[in-house]
Amino acid sequence: MNNSSSSKKHSPDQPETSGPTFKSQRTKMDTEKKILNKKLKDVEISCPIVYGSMAFWLGKKASEYQSHKWTVYVRGAMNEDLGVVVKRVVFQLHSSFNSPTRVLESPPFEVSEAGWGEFEIAITLYFHSDVCDKPVNLYHHLKLYPEDESGPMSTKKPVVLETYDEIVFPEPSEGFLARVQNHPAVTLPRLPIGFTLPPPVPVEDASRRKRGDTKDHPLSQWFMNFSEADELLQLAAARQQVSMSASLKS
Amino acid sequence: MDAKDILGLPKNSLPIPQEKKSRPPKDSQRKPDGISREVYALTGGLAPLMPAIDSSQLKKQPPKDEKITWQWLPFTNSARKDTLQLYHWVRVVNGVPPTGDYSFAKYNKSVDIVKYTDEEYEKYLNDPGWTKEETDQLFDLCQRFDLRFIVIADRFSSSRTVEELKDRYYSVCRAIVVARAPALGDISGNPLVKEPYNVSQEIERKRALSMVLSQTKHQERKDAEVLAEAKRITESRMAAKVAEESELPVPSNAGPESAERASFPGDTVSPSSNVQLPSATIASSALTADNASTLASLRMLRVYLRTYALDQMVQAASSSAGLRTIKRVEQTLQELGVNLKPRVPTKSVCAEHLELRKEILTLLNLQKQLQYKEAEGSSFRDCSYADTPSTPKRSNRGGDQDRTFVPDMSFGESCIIGISGERVGKRDQKRKAPGRLSEAPSSPAQSKRPRKLKASDL
Repeated sequence: MNNSSSSKKHSPDQPETSGPTFKSQRTKMDTEKKILNKKLKDVEISCPIVYGSMAFWLGKKASEYQSHKWTVYVRGAMNEDLGVVVKRVVFQLHSSFNSPTRVLESPPFEVSEAGWGEFEIAITLYFHSDVCDKPVNLYHHLKLYPEDESGPMSTKKPVVLETYDEIVFPEPSEGFLARVQNHPAVTLPRLPIGFTLPPPVPVEDASRRKRGDTKDHPLSQWFMNFSEADELLQLAAARQQVSMSASLKS
Repeated sequence: MDAKDILGLPKNSLPIPQEKKSRPPKDSQRKPDGISREVYALTGGLAPLMPAIDSSQLKKQPPKDEKITWQWLPFTNSARKDTLQLYHWVRVVNGVPPTGDYSFAKYNKSVDIVKYTDEEYEKYLNDPGWTKEETDQLFDLCQRFDLRFIVIADRFSSSRTVEELKDRYYSVCRAIVVARAPALGDISGNPLVKEPYNVSQEIERKRALSMVLSQTKHQERKDAEVLAEAKRITESRMAAKVAEESELPVPSNAGPESAERASFPGDTVSPSSNVQLPSATIASSALTADNASTLASLRMLRVYLRTYALDQMVQAASSSAGLRTIKRVEQTLQELGVNLKPRVPTKSVCAEHLELRKEILTLLNLQKQLQYKEAEGSSFRDCSYADTPSTPKRSNRGGDQDRTFVPDMSFGESCIIGISGERVGKRDQKRKAPGRLSEAPSSPAQSKRPRKLKASDL
């Protein structure tokens, strides 16, 4: 199988200098379309994402039909800008909401609403044309009430439910690869020997780059931490125990 | 009553049900009704489901206007080639004897054998292996015995096999049919032309048939086993081929390892490790084939979620296991403190998770096999307890079992969860029961050994 770096930050010595703008990328693609549309095998691009919801109890301001204020969102796992990969996100809310189909054309991909009930939200991710033409569906159960029902509800501390997942593109096009090769939002495996990519487009407008990521998001303090290191350790320990028991038996 | 219509018998609806109802009460008394008791007893004493002849008909009087006499008259049989005249009793009605042929003449059927002329023989039917006299004799016998080749072969002057005779007969017929047909198109439907007799195939077929029929039960069982094995091998090879076609590494070790397994006779007593190893590798090679095909199908998707991919791989890995085994795997995962679905499903985490599941599966399989071997071993021991020649084997196996004896997860659990030696002591008591007192002191030491390993490894 492919080699892939396990750390999220792909190029530590290039802190956020990439993040190509779309204008220049488009002209470049027009000229080199044939080469860049070629599909690459043995190179797998994965984009780690976190999707979920955060709900604040309204306390004194709560009414019968609006007891909580909540936000449902999709963000990069390390709060990077998903706009390089994701073109549009559609959130399908409960039919009791006004215009329950919410479409977000640019990051940050989130919907904030007020309500009283928990329901399942269907999230559909649409990707850019050079990434993939098939959308991906995610399902999230909106959680308003905390696990511990007897505990006091606080207006300050939200009820957070997030899920980590990774979007895998097994055969990305060269154009996509070129575009994102140094972007922190995606993880690339080690490229095969002799493989050369066109150089990444340098970022022209530093201010535009910042907009898509969620590092300075107002709610970022509540984001859950997903560290694979803990899970890896846990799994490694378990595997060791199992292999010991197995060797004892044979 | 409808059946009677079909049969063309006259309707006599009432008597029958009445008769049937009245029969059971009159069981001990006069059972037959219309036929004599002795005749009725010939049927086994039971009435037929549907009486062929209405018994009232038997008592029926012939119509009064007809005058019936029986006369001893001569007759001829059109089926006979001569003009033999025999005599028999004839039912004459009003002085008029019945007309028509002898009633059994219509049953004289025979096969239409092709008759060739000499010119035809010269032109089409010459064959180095057959003389004209032989061919003529063959055809004559065919005519006489209606193509009963066994009889013909018996009566044939020279000793030819049935297949040879058939071959000659059918090829001659075919040649004649082809020669006499105005155009090939007319006879292309003729079975002689479409499917000519194949001597070698027939000989082979009959030989195989006789072999199958004369197989012993033991042979039958062995054949079934080999066939099942072959099926499994081809299936795993197919999966491997699919993977190969999508440019993934092929588990080429599937073939030779399966062959190894097949060579082991299933029911002889072989050392436990020897049998376990191939089956474990069989399991793993089957797993890799499954994995390869799942990977191939994942690559077909242009985009997928890591969690989805993990689900597919887990399903593929546990496809060979039953529902109970899968539950046990999940139970083990929980005991080990691992999430059933990883919380942070990155590529490496998913890979590790999958490997862990596979290892647990292998572990469970090993445990099960150990249990079976235990059961076999204990029954062995019981019956050969007093037998001295087998004692060395017994103690040897006992030694093996001491080291590896773990029914269920309890021993492993004591290792993993860290339960104190008390639990192992209980196990000791159970093992003492079959009468191996000498082994008891060594077990506590053994239980400590794995713990030490654990500490040093980590």
